[in-house]
Amino acid sequence: MRRFIPILLPLCILAGWEIAAIAINNAFFLPRLESVLDVLLNPLQDRLGSGSLFSNAILSVERVVLGFLLAAAIAIPLGIGMGRSSVLNAFFDATIQLFRPIPPLAWVPLALAWFKIGLTSILFIIFLGAFFPILLNTIDGVRGVKQTWVEVAATLGADERQILAKVIVPGAAPIIWTGLRVGFGIAWMCVVAAEMLPGASNGLGYLMIYAFNFGQVQVIIAGMIVIGLIGLAFDALFKWVERSRFRWRGLER
Amino acid sequence: MTLGRIMLEIRGVSKTFATEKGETVQALAGIDLTVAEQEFVCILGPSGCGKTTLLRIIAGLDRPTTGEILVEGDAVTAPSPKMAMIFQEYSLYPWRTVLDNIAFGLEVRGMERAERYSIVGRYLKLVGLEGFSGSYPYELSGGMRQRIAVARALAIEPAVLLMDEPFGALDAQTRNLMQRELLEIHNKTKKTILFVTHSVDEAVFLADRIVVLTTRPGRIREIIPVQDGRPRERTSPEFVQVRRHVLDLITEK
Repeated sequence: MRRFIPILLPLCILAGWEIAAIAINNAFFLPRLESVLDVLLNPLQDRLGSGSLFSNAILSVERVVLGFLLAAAIAIPLGIGMGRSSVLNAFFDATIQLFRPIPPLAWVPLALAWFKIGLTSILFIIFLGAFFPILLNTIDGVRGVKQTWVEVAATLGADERQILAKVIVPGAAPIIWTGLRVGFGIAWMCVVAAEMLPGASNGLGYLMIYAFNFGQVQVIIAGMIVIGLIGLAFDALFKWVERSRFRWRGLER
Repeated sequence: MTLGRIMLEIRGVSKTFATEKGETVQALAGIDLTVAEQEFVCILGPSGCGKTTLLRIIAGLDRPTTGEILVEGDAVTAPSPKMAMIFQEYSLYPWRTVLDNIAFGLEVRGMERAERYSIVGRYLKLVGLEGFSGSYPYELSGGMRQRIAVARALAIEPAVLLMDEPFGALDAQTRNLMQRELLEIHNKTKKTILFVTHSVDEAVFLADRIVVLTTRPGRIREIIPVQDGRPRERTSPEFVQVRRHVLDLITEK
């Protein structure tokens, strides 16, 4: 019986929605459940000449993955360096603390001025969203590596490079992974927002704004649901890797 | 015990630390000690006497303020493969299996997998954990983990084994068992062992010679040879007599 408790609230919300939609009877304000389902169940159907839900979702995922990988490729090595070297940390830390509180979306006007409308601007925003959580977690993870682990490696004859590859990186990996998970979540939020900017011509965010202009609220809601589900799927993937690869972290005594 | 070749020489070692407040604290003063091949020497002292510092200096993990360490005639300035250290806290790599933990020192030397695994097998057998090669450290008890740490240190075939209160975190029964096993290993491998402890009982049970340190700054108070053969009986008159003498040394100011 307890197993059904988690789905109770969603069912209530759906029922409430349907009742409200019938009562309001205005599809431009709140469409019926069926019309949203119809959009979701036909993900390959072209919407308003702007491509299908599926093709736009793929575009958004491609962008987020690309921006995220770029952020990871820079944030992880930098974080390892800063975690290991107090000089590097002193050099970068103040600057990073200064830039970190600026929301990625606050960079949008500057991104448009620099990179014009298009993929580069969107990637730039995604990059900024993912970069800081990955960097800060990597620094934390590297600092959290037990000094004894490093010293054991040194007494067993490991050189600096081997200590880095065989002790620091695997020892910090669970925390770095947490940073990647958080970073990806933020990047995913950024991509949708960035696609809603003037001048974007495809992607889930674009499709939703475009649908808004045509009063297609069922497409907007369907888009939101797809965004939620994709975010959930990626998060589940990250958690699954965490559980299978970094099980030692929770069990270590 | 007939004294063989000189394995380790500690010459005039002292160590001064600067605290965070800027005060200087002398941890060790004028330590001179010569350890012969195959000898089992215990360094005994109250907490804060600098015994761990001394061991770390010998291991090449810390530098002495004055004096020098020679192992087989060579000055120690950095961790050397001639010595392996076993730490008090659990130092196994939790992301590595037992097999790969013990193989670590061989791996960083570039030894082929098949060869290092066959060597590891021998040491697993020596510490009596043949069936656990695929286990992870968090699946093992504290005593088993320290056995693995001993096997990992022995696998690189060091001339000297440095042990920093390795059984300090274990319960009394496991501790006694580990002490007996260590003596067996000492008997089989003929390693020179330098063993730091604050337990008088442990020192008297294990050592050929007990080096008693004073409180800060740590100096050698007395070196007590233990003539009693092995295995020692903790209730024998000889054991009790040495124990009494050492206790007197430690308690009197």
